[in-house]
Amino acid sequence: MLDKNGIAKRIAKELKDKYFVNLGIGIPTLVANYIPQGIEVEFQSENGVLGMGPFPFEGEEDADVINAGKQTITTMPGASFFDSAMSFSMIRGQHVDLTILGAMEVAENGDIANWKIPGKMVKGMGGAMDLVASAENIIVAMMHTNRAGESKLLKRCSLPLTGVGCVKKIVTNLGFLEVTNDGFTLLERAPGVSVEDIKNATEGNLIIKGDIPEMILD
Amino acid sequence: MIRKTVPNVTEALTGVKDDMTFMLGGFGLCGIPENAIAELVKLNIKGLTCISNNAGVDDFGLGLLLQKKQINKMISSYVGENDEFERQMLSGELDVELIPQGTLAERCRAAQGGFPAFYTPAGYGTEVAEGKETREFNGKMYVLEHAFKADFAFVKAWKGDEAGNLIFKGTARNFNPCMCGAAKITVAEVEELVPAGSLNPDEIHIPGIFVQRIFQGKDYEKRIEQRTVRTRE
Repeated sequence: MLDKNGIAKRIAKELKDKYFVNLGIGIPTLVANYIPQGIEVEFQSENGVLGMGPFPFEGEEDADVINAGKQTITTMPGASFFDSAMSFSMIRGQHVDLTILGAMEVAENGDIANWKIPGKMVKGMGGAMDLVASAENIIVAMMHTNRAGESKLLKRCSLPLTGVGCVKKIVTNLGFLEVTNDGFTLLERAPGVSVEDIKNATEGNLIIKGDIPEMILD
Repeated sequence: MIRKTVPNVTEALTGVKDDMTFMLGGFGLCGIPENAIAELVKLNIKGLTCISNNAGVDDFGLGLLLQKKQINKMISSYVGENDEFERQMLSGELDVELIPQGTLAERCRAAQGGFPAFYTPAGYGTEVAEGKETREFNGKMYVLEHAFKADFAFVKAWKGDEAGNLIFKGTARNFNPCMCGAAKITVAEVEELVPAGSLNPDEIHIPGIFVQRIFQGKDYEKRIEQRTVRTRE
């Protein structure tokens, strides 16, 4: 089974040379720690920076330089700042190559819910609706089940949707899945996880074709 | 040169009244018009509709207006990090319209640029699109969203000159440029107000034509919401 860093590590292997990538809050942020060697990627943060770097050294924080999670950050050589309208032109205009974000629920048709639990948690969608409606390439990073042990990979989402039919790939603590026409196609198992474990944790239609390899992380 | 300077925040906010609609720049607490917010708290005007990406935190930013129940309605994309906000929203005291962040930015820019409305893919098939016109272009579905209408826009820039030209710093730029000229009156507060002619025209982010009043701000706290650092090796 993978922990949060393991999920990030596996997703990082999907990064390709020259990709511009938007990372959501939470597990997706960790992906930046595992960029494969020998490729160049740039991270976009929707609050208005392209070429995001690591956190600053203590004492070098700048209140005017943050990411979308409101964390203090630095910039890399070649970075740029821009306003919010331009930022979302990059996103809606599909100039950003890959979006990695978290989710509360994903449905077998690619619907995603991650912004609201009616009557309970209403924080808002931030940039998630723009991102999922526009990106060609979306990877969801999340735990396979919620705290109550219920599957987050469903036939249909029960929570208000963030976007329809948009999720392409999902990396969870249990495996790597692709959203295909008939449901969730299992591509890889997390280390030490059986196909049976994944079946039991998946409510939506799970497609298993042949032997499912264990994922290779390093 | 058409001079836009006013001597202080009090004069800059002349004309603000109960029940008005305001735009306020900033992302989280980054790049918020701290001086204008403090003055609005002091004036204690009520019944406000505020268009702002976030709603501040309990004791800073728009949270200060929420504490005094000056806001009737918030139009935002993300409102976490604020307990009082959540309480007022869940109890129904505060009307909240949550909209996608890119749509928020573009509705400002549409107002600035004279577009009544535009189509965006964001929110299609979700509750955000309920009751709105949708249309297919090239096989993909879009939602019609309208330009905002606001009485005042309060923005914060790093530097500005007497002509109202503005330069922003870092990610404190965010929604501020989009809101300039998107309301009937745009009020810009700056960390450094300089004489006309001292900024390079090539480096201006927002031309003064979009700004009606500019003033030298003071006592900026520039609070950091999430101080994240790494240790030196």
